[in-house]
Amino acid sequence: MTDQTEPLILGIESSCDETGVGIVRGRQLLANAVASSMEEHVRFGGVIPEIASRAHLDAFLPTLQRALDDAGVTLKEIDAIAVTSGPGLSGALMVGVSAAKALALAAGKPLYAINHLVAHVGVGLLDESFGGRPLPENLGALLVSGGHTEVLRVHNIASDVELLGSTIDDAAGEAYDKVARILGLGYPGGPAIDALAKEGNPRAVRFPRGLTQPKYMGSADEPGPHRYDWSFSGLKTAVARCVEHYEAAGEDVPLADVAASFQEAVVDVITAKAVLACQEHGMTELLLGGGVAANSRLRELAHERCTAAGITLHVPRPGLCTDNGAMVAALGSQIVMAGGEPSDLAFGTDSSMPVTTIYQ
Amino acid sequence: MLILCLDTSAIASAALVNDDGVLASFATEDTRTHSEVLAPAVRELLANAGVEGTDLDGVVVGTGPGPFTGLRAGIATARTLAFVWNVPLYGLMSLEAVAFDALADARGRNLNEYVVATDARRKEVYWARYAVGDDLPHLLEGPSVESPSGLPPLPVYGRGAGLYPDVLKAVEGFAEVQPTASSLGLIARERLRNQALSADTTPLYLRESDAKVPGPRKRAL
Ligand SMILES: [Zn+2]
Repeated sequence: MTDQTEPLILGIESSCDETGVGIVRGRQLLANAVASSMEEHVRFGGVIPEIASRAHLDAFLPTLQRALDDAGVTLKEIDAIAVTSGPGLSGALMVGVSAAKALALAAGKPLYAINHLVAHVGVGLLDESFGGRPLPENLGALLVSGGHTEVLRVHNIASDVELLGSTIDDAAGEAYDKVARILGLGYPGGPAIDALAKEGNPRAVRFPRGLTQPKYMGSADEPGPHRYDWSFSGLKTAVARCVEHYEAAGEDVPLADVAASFQEAVVDVITAKAVLACQEHGMTELLLGGGVAANSRLRELAHERCTAAGITLHVPRPGLCTDNGAMVAALGSQIVMAGGEPSDLAFGTDSSMPVTTIYQ
Repeated sequence: MLILCLDTSAIASAALVNDDGVLASFATEDTRTHSEVLAPAVRELLANAGVEGTDLDGVVVGTGPGPFTGLRAGIATARTLAFVWNVPLYGLMSLEAVAFDALADARGRNLNEYVVATDARRKEVYWARYAVGDDLPHLLEGPSVESPSGLPPLPVYGRGAGLYPDVLKAVEGFAEVQPTASSLGLIARERLRNQALSADTTPLYLRESDAKVPGPRKRAL
């Protein structure tokens, strides 16, 4: 019988290059074991799905064992298992889902196939972000990573989440990786650009802010087709053009200025649109999640603009913002506490699962 | 002896094998739904046979070669089941199943050697060459992945032969045969008796990940 007040949930994550197993009791974080194949992708300058999938297969059982040891619990004590079934890299998702099904079957536990993006919001329940309290009403979420860039409205995390805006091409973290490569910096691009940008002038080059023209924005009453959406592929091209311009002129590329100006363009348009979405949908609290939440300028500007708009910003600690199993367990716990039905063992993965599908 | 065997190197299949033979089995025709169907199939096999996972003497999994994503579904499942039930885990090369199925026919045709081939997609096959042994077929060469035209000129058993009838000497009646957990289970049973079953479940990918290290960015003039 599943404990619905303080359920002990094991969460499994494998949607990208992180193999994560987390264990949560109610809203209490007990373990967050993560194995990353990031190092193996460095020489390719981006995540190679097949390499990530191969790494998941070998990392799963050791990561599971580590999570159980860290939490000091046995599989027998677990009330339910949750697994990311989408969105993400389909081959990578299939490793975690196959393992999770086998685990649920062998241990005789109910299994919940959950949405990775909504789990990024659920993780906010596990640390001091919301002071250990339930999620507030009027909550928005801004998720920024190498795989996603979205602004969500969270009516009820276990039953009602709405997508307000997203990137129409590259994810913000992806743009960082591509621009880092153009600038000859390493992978992952986010930390490299963030560090270099500190030495540069963010106003040195005026890079474009995608989808901010009136025809895309419209007005609050008559929203345009991409009012809360982002586009980063034009920005990446603009950086490449800018670098080529210096090279053609035989000049040194002012790398720090270009990095700072690129970063400013990204975080400016991300925070501006997120705050706009909050204001126009009565969201007074905003959770910032995803790997790019570690970016110092994004945090700074998000904080500044949220404060000015009377929005309370919550940023979970870095280890919880990047992909992990604890966030999956956190959402699973919310679904169990809300009395959600377990998934049928025959469910499939959905690499483009919409946020409205909180669990399958 | 009671073993659970899984293979997802081509189709998805599962079987319970005991001293009498195949107790119960499951197999799809589909080659792309492994992560959906395998766990429910295993649950049903065990339930119908009234068997608990902890009663098993081992879990055996086909380690390929096979298309990567499907192959991993079976191996991830087998490893996890064995871990939770705390029973021994074994791996078997998946083409052995087809070689086993072909053995009686090959003997009937007085063959000394034959080839087994399955679909590797991208106009290639996974293949291995076998000798007709006294009890089990004997692996002589492979497994490898290559274009059908590169295979030895021997009769070929398995779905790989059926896909390339112009190039390969497909053996009649065996052009659709895929590796199955039932056949792997019967081989595993024999090998277990002789203590000759490997505990290695490393997938036989036979191909690299296709990832390319990006070259230096082209500079503007
Ligand atoms: Zn993520």
